[in-house]
Amino acid sequence: MSDDKSTDTIHKTPQTTPRQSATFDAYTNSEIRRSAATGIYDIRGGGSKRKLPHFDDLLFLGASVSRYPLEGYREKCGTDVVLGARFAKKPIHLRTPVTIAGMSFGSLSGRAKEALGRGASAAGTSTTTGDGGMTQEERGHSTTLVYQYLPSRYGMNPDDLRKADAIEVVIGQGAKPGGGGMLLGQKITKRVAKMRCLPEGIDQRSSCRHPDWTGPDDLEIKINEIREITDWEKPIYVKIGATRPYFDVALAVKAGADVIVLDGMQGGTAATQEVFIEHVGIPILAAIRPAVKALQDLGMYRNGKNSVQLIVSGGIRNGADVAKAIALGADAVAIGTAALIALGDNDPHLEAEYQKLGTTAGAYDDWHEGKDPAGITTQDPELMKRIDPVKAGHRLANYIAVMTMEAQVVARACGKSHLHNLEPEDLVALTIEASAMAQVPLAGTNWIPGVTKF
Amino acid sequence: METLNFDLDKKPLREVNQFLHGDASGLNGKSVVIENPNGAHSIAVGLKSDVHVTIKGHAGYYAAGMNQLAKVTIEGSAGSGVAENMMSGTVHVKGFASNAAGATANGGLLVIDGDAGLRCAIALKGADVVVGGSVGSFSAFMAQAGNFVVLGDAGEGLGDSIYEAKVFVRGKVKSLGADCEIKTMDAESKKILIDLLAKSGHKDVSPDSFTQYGSARTLYHFHVDNAGAY
Repeated sequence: MSDDKSTDTIHKTPQTTPRQSATFDAYTNSEIRRSAATGIYDIRGGGSKRKLPHFDDLLFLGASVSRYPLEGYREKCGTDVVLGARFAKKPIHLRTPVTIAGMSFGSLSGRAKEALGRGASAAGTSTTTGDGGMTQEERGHSTTLVYQYLPSRYGMNPDDLRKADAIEVVIGQGAKPGGGGMLLGQKITKRVAKMRCLPEGIDQRSSCRHPDWTGPDDLEIKINEIREITDWEKPIYVKIGATRPYFDVALAVKAGADVIVLDGMQGGTAATQEVFIEHVGIPILAAIRPAVKALQDLGMYRNGKNSVQLIVSGGIRNGADVAKAIALGADAVAIGTAALIALGDNDPHLEAEYQKLGTTAGAYDDWHEGKDPAGITTQDPELMKRIDPVKAGHRLANYIAVMTMEAQVVARACGKSHLHNLEPEDLVALTIEASAMAQVPLAGTNWIPGVTKF
Repeated sequence: METLNFDLDKKPLREVNQFLHGDASGLNGKSVVIENPNGAHSIAVGLKSDVHVTIKGHAGYYAAGMNQLAKVTIEGSAGSGVAENMMSGTVHVKGFASNAAGATANGGLLVIDGDAGLRCAIALKGADVVVGGSVGSFSAFMAQAGNFVVLGDAGEGLGDSIYEAKVFVRGKVKSLGADCEIKTMDAESKKILIDLLAKSGHKDVSPDSFTQYGSARTLYHFHVDNAGAY
């Protein structure tokens, strides 16, 4: 018997290595199980988590024999930006092109909003309200505050409109173009409910369309109304989620926008369906050039007083991203997710608490549940005490300063005396996809797919 | 009472609105008449004092938008979004109103003598809206708070996804929207209705001829069984 067994072992068919499916990977399978157990789609915060063609797929061509660079730290490289000078009596002047994207009080704690205001003001840039109205924490601590005008009109009132430095008409956002806001019951506390005029503790679903206008012709009349209410003092931004950037930008400019805010699918949200975040909209890399083309075709691109500025957002993380976005044609960028990380979101020092929530530092995205151990995406009075608005604001100011200096390093290397002098000709792409989307040549070639022949 | 006349044929609307945004101490109690409005958009928007404005004709979009304190009378009809996001004061349309009348209004009283179009009182946030005629489809959509009185009929999808606003309709309702249901009118609601009828020039109309509608509150929380209604 024992002989037979040993023979069996020797001649046994070798086992193949267990192989996981690339299609049915571990995350996919866990999502199927979650769906089967609950009967409701997954809701989460943040932006697209999939690997997308992005700014990392571009490189700068530093100066060499054919052109000369500027001295670092000695020769000037300007970073200031003026937004909305087309019609407004009081355009926005910023020291850095890195702005803070719209995030609502409600999705964020009051102390987090205060920290954003403090950090942005110290860095010489603007912060933006969100789908929940203007708070004193934010207005009081923000030198320059952009007030969002959203479909829900939660907390919208003319006094705050007049207190704002600019007004951003929100059509959509990159995480969910075509979708409205969402704030679940855990975060609809008494204060949040009162500001939004909703019953406490309900699951709020904001509307996805504005209640009193439809289409670009109406938008023009709406923008005019806001100008009339505010006596033509303030720039009017129009924010769109990146889907059909050429047409959407052209129509928004025709409707009278002073500034276009273009948000790619990597841009975060406080909460929406996972399927929306990952499957609707396009990456910011693919959206900038068509948007700039629309401005150029309308004669509104860097054309003196007759200019509409472009702010882009969705996955901006460092000075290289800032410089690349500007080289592709943006006037400024906006950061949301990155700003929250600078404040302390998803910080590894809270790992034990993330583990308790069934996640890990860096991956925590159940912001809608209001249990954020960092005290940022919560309305829990105990948790929100954990963020120190002064210290967090200081970190944000540091981070914005670093991004700005990094962008200058790149610009000087390319021989530019202002970030806005960066141009697509300073860039090449590492991949065919990025080359086609950003319309810059594949490195080492003259080839831009869709533009030039290989 | 001092009356000031502006003729929009002769004076740009920008200058008229700028004048109406002046210091409240100089405007409170004053009467302003706007002649030849000819359907101009954004007439008398953003007012913030107790000024009485009479628009002698038809107004375009967003007449009296975001009104605070002022009393605005439109002697003709009004375009889309009349008194949108009103905070306080009174807006009276003697003719008809187009779509989204009183949209997102937080306070004050909007009275429309004629009919109103689609989405009347959409996302209402606390104001009172009284319509003498009928209203179009999707009225009181997502209405959050406030009171909406219709003396005529209502179109399809009345009060879809309504929150805590109270809706009173005297005529027929073509259909109710998701989560909107007939309510039993309690004493408090009846008092609100009587008061609004009196304030809007309908004091002889019996409150008992109205049916009250409001939220069934079944969509306040996500639930898989409601998937079809989302």
